[in-house]
Amino acid sequence: MFWFTVRRLVSVVVMIFLITATTFALFYASPIDPARYSCGKNCTPTILEGNRKALGYDKPVLVQYGKFVSGLFVGRDYPDNEFLQAQFPDQIVHCPAPCLGYSPSQHRTINEMVAEAWPISLSIALGAFILWMVTGVSGGIIAALNKGKWQDRGIVGTALVGFSLPTFFVGLVLLTFPAIKWGWVPIPHFVPFTENPVAWAQNLILPWITLAFFFAASYVRLTRAYMIETMSEDYIRTANAKGVARWTVIFRHGLRAVLTPIVTAAGLDLGGLLGGAIITESVFSLHGLGYLAVHSVTTMDLPTIVALVMIVSTFIVIANMVVDIVYGFIDPRVKLS
Amino acid sequence: MSPFLHVNDLKVHFPTDDGVVKAVDGLTFDLEKGKTLGIVGESGSGKSVTSLAIMGLHRGSRARLSGEVLLDGQDLLKLSDEELRSLRGRRMAMIFQDPLSAMHPYYTIGQQLVEAIQVHEKVAKKAARTKVMDMLGRVGIPNPNKRIDQYPHEFSGGMRQRAMIAMALINDPELLIADEPTTALDVTVQAQILDLMRDLQDEFGSAIIMITHDLGVVAEIADDVLVMYGGKCIEYAEVDSAFHQPDHPYTWGLLTSMPRLDRLKQDRLLPIAGNPPSLINLPPGCAFHPRCAFREFAPCACDEVVPDLLESYPKHDSRCHIPVAKRAELFANVIAPRL
Repeated sequence: MFWFTVRRLVSVVVMIFLITATTFALFYASPIDPARYSCGKNCTPTILEGNRKALGYDKPVLVQYGKFVSGLFVGRDYPDNEFLQAQFPDQIVHCPAPCLGYSPSQHRTINEMVAEAWPISLSIALGAFILWMVTGVSGGIIAALNKGKWQDRGIVGTALVGFSLPTFFVGLVLLTFPAIKWGWVPIPHFVPFTENPVAWAQNLILPWITLAFFFAASYVRLTRAYMIETMSEDYIRTANAKGVARWTVIFRHGLRAVLTPIVTAAGLDLGGLLGGAIITESVFSLHGLGYLAVHSVTTMDLPTIVALVMIVSTFIVIANMVVDIVYGFIDPRVKLS
Repeated sequence: MSPFLHVNDLKVHFPTDDGVVKAVDGLTFDLEKGKTLGIVGESGSGKSVTSLAIMGLHRGSRARLSGEVLLDGQDLLKLSDEELRSLRGRRMAMIFQDPLSAMHPYYTIGQQLVEAIQVHEKVAKKAARTKVMDMLGRVGIPNPNKRIDQYPHEFSGGMRQRAMIAMALINDPELLIADEPTTALDVTVQAQILDLMRDLQDEFGSAIIMITHDLGVVAEIADDVLVMYGGKCIEYAEVDSAFHQPDHPYTWGLLTSMPRLDRLKQDRLLPIAGNPPSLINLPPGCAFHPRCAFREFAPCACDEVVPDLLESYPKHDSRCHIPVAKRAELFANVIAPRL
């Protein structure tokens, strides 16, 4: 168990390293000149060269990548040029480790931007996760136990709708009717949980529903399929033959076995979502990581894009690892060595 | 006094889109405590369906049951789900064919056996565990204090079946139904398991229904034999009578298709021609007639009239149109020399 975890951790680090290298290489091989985008309308060759120097883009790509990596561990100072630093000591911006970079178009370190956006994405992801797990899994169980009856048809039908409707449509409908027209809930703007938990939840309920509607749909289908399969297993018949009560058979024997595939899917979905829900955040104008990603792409903010790709992929890689380890705990047949 | 288990005209029908599957069609038998009934038949003859019907495990499915299953005078088919549930695992228990799939993969043997006790009795976990440990030892599992915390996949096939038997016997049931308990096991392990079941029966005095397609198992362990074909009983006799004077062409077929290791020289085995009938579309008349090698000896049309289950000898019934004397003659002249 211990060595399994260690081995997985090592492979996670290698994976993240490869991802950063690949994204870095891809983006810097693109024809976009980040110095040009930080130069503004009245750009002269002198300002352009100055900016290039200040941002460290005049150095070879490998050197830049080395600085990026070392910045992750020890932090960096901007402008990234010793001459300029000596010239304007009062304009130095320090970016502490793990330094994700500096956005020339925002004139801020990416760490600051992420620190602002991350609580929003985390709040959206966690709330939606809880909502969709509860509704999706219980819906799936109810559908499976009433297979072929009206409950099953109703739940599976709703799930099909949830699965087919695009998130931006559901989001817009929820924003238009309950929030704007009927005024049941405030038009979403982010209130930190630590400030006012009630307002936090009220403002996020619509994004939660939007995301959960889509995800719950796939969990209904997943849970239903596995539950139907499990309830026809021999060991369920054995439990019945032992005289175990119906609900105990369903939960302790049936659901216990269905848990494994659900945990797998849930871990990966949550991991992906922690990196920001692009469409939902855009619809509700919540400035989380997803919104930040859209903004940096539209403004060609390359350093921010690289940093975000790294964050998102790190979440997914770590979620994968956690799922693997959890698997060893919930399925005794899996030997983690 | 009525017998301990009395099954009377049991019918289990499954309505499907293509018609009604008559999996069990009018089965009658008795079983006393301390005795073993062997139910024999090919796949799809209705053996397992019968056992599930007695246990009440068809409830909640499409199956339509009729007839009577009297356990100690109580009709199981008329009980409520809850009443039946409290009998299952306590007064009647079942051993399944494949212990790997029949035990929950995510719980230890100990957890599963403790649950079997706690479902019916308010016992502290510790006391239940002690009882489980004791029971595992009695069914011949070595190191029960270590094995109790292992998972089914960590057991060998034979040990798993012993654990399954321990689970079935843990509440000292009066009726034990074993559905092909040795089919998934090696021959040597089979013999051990049969010995074990016999010893435990002597100890607990339970009635056993042994469902199998293996006549060797029946000869080994049963007191009575019931041969099923197409959902019906075609021969029902005490075990000695059934093996010394088998009285139905189908039983003859089963016997002549069985290899004998105690004979030096043997003719080729005689398989029964054809396939088991489809339960949805049984042949008219005697269900066995399309495969019967002796139908020419019947005085009436085998493919028109369903033969009745009649007593041929004392405590020996069979369902065949051929006259008893003719059957005895055929057995003595044609079949017996081949056995």
